[in-house]
Amino acid sequence: MLKYFASRLLTFIPTFLGVTIISFSFIRVLPGDPIIVMAGERGLTDERYAELTAQFGFDRPIYIQFWDYFTGVLQGDLGDSFVTKRPVWDEFFALFPATLELAVCAMIFAVLLGLPAGVIAAVNRGKFLDRALMSSALVGYSMPIFWWALLLIIVFSGDLQWTPVSGRIDLIYYFPDPTGFMLIDSLASGQKGAFASAVRHLVLPTIVLGTIPLAVIARQTRSAMLEVLGEDYIRTARAKGLSPGRINGIHALRNALIPVITVIGLSVGTLLGGAILTETIFSWPGVGKWMLDSIFRRDYPVVQGGLLMIAVMVMVVNLTVDVLYGIINPKIRKR
Amino acid sequence: MSDTVAVQTTPDRPNRLREFWHYFRENRGAVFGLWIFAAFAFCAAFAPFLSPFDPTEQFRQNTLQPPVWQAGGSWKFPLGTDPLGRDMLSRLIEGARYSFFVGIVVVTVAASGGILVGLIAGFSPKWLDTIIMRIMDVILAFPSLLLALVLVAILGPSLTNAMIAIAIVLQPHYVRLTRASVLSERQKDYVTAARVVGAGYFRLMFITILPNCLAPIIVQGALSFSTAILDAAALGFLGMGAQPPTPEWGTMLAEAREFILRAWWVVTFPGLAILITVLAINLMGDGLRDALDPKLKRS
Repeated sequence: MLKYFASRLLTFIPTFLGVTIISFSFIRVLPGDPIIVMAGERGLTDERYAELTAQFGFDRPIYIQFWDYFTGVLQGDLGDSFVTKRPVWDEFFALFPATLELAVCAMIFAVLLGLPAGVIAAVNRGKFLDRALMSSALVGYSMPIFWWALLLIIVFSGDLQWTPVSGRIDLIYYFPDPTGFMLIDSLASGQKGAFASAVRHLVLPTIVLGTIPLAVIARQTRSAMLEVLGEDYIRTARAKGLSPGRINGIHALRNALIPVITVIGLSVGTLLGGAILTETIFSWPGVGKWMLDSIFRRDYPVVQGGLLMIAVMVMVVNLTVDVLYGIINPKIRKR
Repeated sequence: MSDTVAVQTTPDRPNRLREFWHYFRENRGAVFGLWIFAAFAFCAAFAPFLSPFDPTEQFRQNTLQPPVWQAGGSWKFPLGTDPLGRDMLSRLIEGARYSFFVGIVVVTVAASGGILVGLIAGFSPKWLDTIIMRIMDVILAFPSLLLALVLVAILGPSLTNAMIAIAIVLQPHYVRLTRASVLSERQKDYVTAARVVGAGYFRLMFITILPNCLAPIIVQGALSFSTAILDAAALGFLGMGAQPPTPEWGTMLAEAREFILRAWWVVTFPGLAILITVLAINLMGDGLRDALDPKLKRS
């Protein structure tokens, strides 16, 4: 087990180095001189230009710049934003809870609906219910989520007036945010209606972001269940006279869960990518919107640092899934 | 492709293409998807003859006219007009061109590059293989849309650059797939036999092994065709893909955003076009997978 864990960790290191190199080199190949961009409309004198070049270290050889950046990254120093002048690291972690809250809710939504849908489809294989569920799953899987978001806004925010269009909470509420998670903070604040307002703001983005993972999980659960239902031990369980509910729910689902967990882990990248679209449409103050805004503002340190942080998040989750997978399924470790 | 089919047609074995069609036809959804895809390709090919108006022509008297079945609609503009008075139907038909083009170019670039790198990785010594695969891991560590966005920011927003970015992002999937097939095929007797006869690396790669690795790659091709259309539309929607007034579906959605509560049709139709196209391709992809992958044929 330790050996397996160590080998997984060893492949993590070169990938991390590669990810750092890629995010580092982007800022150097982006068109336009970052210092001139930073000066903006006012422009700047030649001396000031030279001074800033020296300050950011752009005058030094590229490998020394990379070494400085890399050692900085290892100490949690991603540079300062050109626009706000605040450390990128601090900005990232100030906004990350909003994205995490949205992503976690979307994942819960996807799993709560996707698992039962897949099981029901597999048990009713070939029947109307199976076809209806799998057709819907394919539609969800093919959905352009930015359009889906606009449709939901038209219906639920426009026609029915049930949900707000943007933000995390109504502006009339104000309370400290020790955790950064609006659901928890609004509940802890004890203000009347704050929690309900936070939930209303969260519903549509959750549905939008969770749609594709929901479809993927439903499809994966169905095929994993079908595979397991053909196994001998299921026949044995049937022969023993166990109830269908017990066979499907306990014997089959537990074994079908292994590939499903992998899919859930792999969806994290999709979620963070989808967060860019979802957060932009709903003006959700998270990491995705921050990245897009920074790309438009040419705020290079933020683009560079944010890209790196998001990639590292995805890598950490994948590593965790791999390790969990090794724990659940001993066969994997041998390879 | 047709060459391999002709070669393998022997009297005692059914034609490979016919066998494929036999399995493919069993999946009614896939056939349905194929028909829609054919219609989409037809629209893309003959857009200038099919669309009633020029997609950029502005009818200033008829801005935001609703579709024909709603009060205020007319047969002149069956699907209504957009905020600048351009005919929605013409723009949607013209948009099929862009999406089809994006799909073809991205899949061709990503697949040919990916297959080549995958073949090299599968045949090269271990150190080179490791380096190649680590690079692919690095690309895959970034969420694809985010990486495509940053690449487009570097290259400058345009449809061509969006296609390049999407192709780069999709390529590692082909590399992994090809390499995995090559590694399992290399062990087989027919490859050893070819090597004993004296086939060089080039012949082994492209003539002996590659045709036998194609099935999963074709399925991946169908899937990435739809991913490419979705991602290009998403980039267009974020203002990083095709630029207005190009009638690309994602760009049309972005332009229509501020009118969502006043004119539902300018938002609904472009998205519906994306959804139907992507759905048809995915239906086809499912059918392709079932028909090409012998392991899955039973389920």
